Amino acid sequence: MLQDTLTSRMKPAIALEGISKSFPGVKALSDVSLSLYPGSVTALVGENGAGKSTLVKILTGIYQPDEGTICVADKEVHFPTALAAARAGVTAIHQETVLFDELSVAENIFLGHAPRNRFGLIDWKKLNADARALLARAGADLDPTIRLRDLGIARKHLVAIARALSIDAQVVIMDEPTAALSHKEIHELYALVERLKAEGKAILFISHKFDEIFRIADRYTVFRDGTMVDEGLIADVSQDELVRLMVGRAVGSVYPKKDVAIGEPVLTVSGYRHPTEFEDINFELRRGEILGFYGLVGAGRSEFMQSLIGVTRPSAGAVRLDGEILVIRSPSEAIRAGIVYVPEERGRQGAIIGLPIFQNVTLPSLSRTSRSGFLKLANEFAIAREYTSRLDLRAASLDQDVGTLSGGNQQKVVIAKWLATRPKVIILDEPTKGIDIGSKAAVHAFMSELAAEGLSVIMVSSEIPEIMGMSDRVIVMREGRIAGRFERADLTAEKLVRAAAGIQEAA
Amino acid sequence: MANILKNRELLLVAAIAVLLVLITWRFPAFVAPSNLARVYNDTSILIILALGQMAVILTRCIDLSMAANLALSGMMAAMLNAAYPGLPIPLIILAAVMLGTLLGMINGALVWKLDIPPIVVTLGTLTIYRGLIFLLSDGKWINAHQMSDAFKALPRDELAGFPVLSWLSLVMIGLVFLVMSRTALGRAFYAVGGNPHAAVYTGIDVGRTRFFAYCLSGALAGLSGYLWVSRYAVAYVDIALGFELDIIAACVIGGISIAGGIGTVAGAVLGALFLGVIKNALPVINISPFAQMAISGMVIIIAVAVNARAERRKGRVILRKAEAV
Repeated sequence: MLQDTLTSRMKPAIALEGISKSFPGVKALSDVSLSLYPGSVTALVGENGAGKSTLVKILTGIYQPDEGTICVADKEVHFPTALAAARAGVTAIHQETVLFDELSVAENIFLGHAPRNRFGLIDWKKLNADARALLARAGADLDPTIRLRDLGIARKHLVAIARALSIDAQVVIMDEPTAALSHKEIHELYALVERLKAEGKAILFISHKFDEIFRIADRYTVFRDGTMVDEGLIADVSQDELVRLMVGRAVGSVYPKKDVAIGEPVLTVSGYRHPTEFEDINFELRRGEILGFYGLVGAGRSEFMQSLIGVTRPSAGAVRLDGEILVIRSPSEAIRAGIVYVPEERGRQGAIIGLPIFQNVTLPSLSRTSRSGFLKLANEFAIAREYTSRLDLRAASLDQDVGTLSGGNQQKVVIAKWLATRPKVIILDEPTKGIDIGSKAAVHAFMSELAAEGLSVIMVSSEIPEIMGMSDRVIVMREGRIAGRFERADLTAEKLVRAAAGIQEAA
Repeated sequence: MANILKNRELLLVAAIAVLLVLITWRFPAFVAPSNLARVYNDTSILIILALGQMAVILTRCIDLSMAANLALSGMMAAMLNAAYPGLPIPLIILAAVMLGTLLGMINGALVWKLDIPPIVVTLGTLTIYRGLIFLLSDGKWINAHQMSDAFKALPRDELAGFPVLSWLSLVMIGLVFLVMSRTALGRAFYAVGGNPHAAVYTGIDVGRTRFFAYCLSGALAGLSGYLWVSRYAVAYVDIALGFELDIIAACVIGGISIAGGIGTVAGAVLGALFLGVIKNALPVINISPFAQMAISGMVIIIAVAVNARAERRKGRVILRKAEAV
């Protein structure tokens, strides 16, 4: 309580009032307020899609709010550009730092505001000396003249901090700074946060990891579906309460999940491991089942799936399909065996822009559409028509370039492409990420139908409602391992979040 | 009109037509059918080469070694003919195509297995292939009198009023069109260049597809080697020196995107024809060779600018009514 009265008397370093931001079709933030105080760490928690990233982008001048005000030291400010935000003393440190690998540490720190000598040229002596001093303040024992590429991610964070100090930043936003760090590096980062606090900086700390939130944060703010649902002192809240605030809503009713008789095991994965990405992956997938894979971003789910279909090779492990041992060395072997993967990044890994819709659909099934080595266009159109109409694709013509379709319809083309291979197992990685609500519902309905027809579905998703609404069973991954298995009947959002974040069951 | 502007090939046909009208104004005899057939014949080798380069560029690669491959294959064909004048010409052509394919396979294998950037690989092999010609020929020329009459006559022989050279290029256009539009390999060229990551997930081996593209460009370069040497009745180290740039220019003018994945056989052919018309027309209307080079260069830049406009992202389709169009 003592600290609460302290901060309430203190002036916030930055205060956001009534911030709203909409994108076409989505309200990302609605009437959000947030104050950050000097010498205090505020943890921002919320599920994926709660609006955290949008808020960071507004704070750093990348997005402009539709409504609301931002005040720095009691004066209203506008951040039309990222530079304006930096000038006002707001700086952000991202998961993967945004620095220049080929420049030296000192150049990175002073890029854009390097000290000049009297001829207007860069004063290298002063540059390096100043950089050394700033690095010392950040607690980093680094030679400012070495190239940034020779540093690990944790050290790069330190350089980013030194850069923040060099522009005299008063507000430091840390967006999942520990996501890519090793155990030891994380502790170095904690020490750094303590030092920044001691210097009187206001810190916004975004993290999914509850242990670190409770270790370093003084205050918390919870976002849910674009609104701020609660805030207060960390000392006054328990982990359980935070989890409940994050997920607190009813789910399941809007999902078109059909009750399907689950059949015999189709796919059995045992002892799958990779030197750096995952280990001990064992599970069974049954006929007609939708198996959800939940976890935080970077938990190793996509990496495992890519290794399962032969994009990368595991170091050990066995796969059985319908009881037969299967060796998959390339995606084409996986496709032939009947396992297909619909990747997460539609743009990078999904549709081939420049090819018409029908050619996108038939690309993995060309052997089926050709006769004596030559493709039969009529067959191709027939296949494309069959699968795109099942997915309710909206397009003027199947001859149309896929690039002219909306995101949702592109996703349908990609899914149609995989269904046309007549798979036994279909792996959908974040199948509804970034598509509109109508297309989402269509994809969900279709997924249900596929399972009802006897296909086995693996759905990788980071959205709790989707996982809870669609899965028969859920496997939660954390840091490359399976951290929990749940049946649909005893699935709760709290259990999922706990398993994914590694919170012990409350005694 | 808006449709013509959207269609690269029609735009190019229109540009060639405008060019012909301008030339006719200064030199009416240029558009006589017999002269146009001569211009086509003169452009045939460039067309064949552009077809191969197109396949490579579609996969996001480039083949700088095509002209050197042509010169090496041509020299080998000429030496074979000089040493064994009795050897049937089809056998010599086959040998040239096979050597060209082998040289293409070397490019493809380096790009595929060692993962070296294609521009570096083919810049290296360009120099190596030229060097090999010197080693093979000892720097000597193979002149017309050393070649058999049959060797020199084939491209010039007429079939239904047109030279065999013209017919051969038409056959190649047909064959490459068939590969591009009716085989899984042709589709793979587009997929690999359009979105290599997606191609991997679709079960397409990106490296192998590129390898085959280089095989195709190599085979066509080998064929062109024989055609070039027999047509001009001479073989030496420096034939077709710098011609790789004309080949790439033809592709670029024809709307084949250097970024890969976009381009058609018709585009490559029209691009080559456009260059062919310029090269044949400018001398007859008394424009100096230096101005010719400047004009060719300007044409390339204009073509790239037009294509870049066409390829510029059209923005997202958000409105439902816009989606149906």
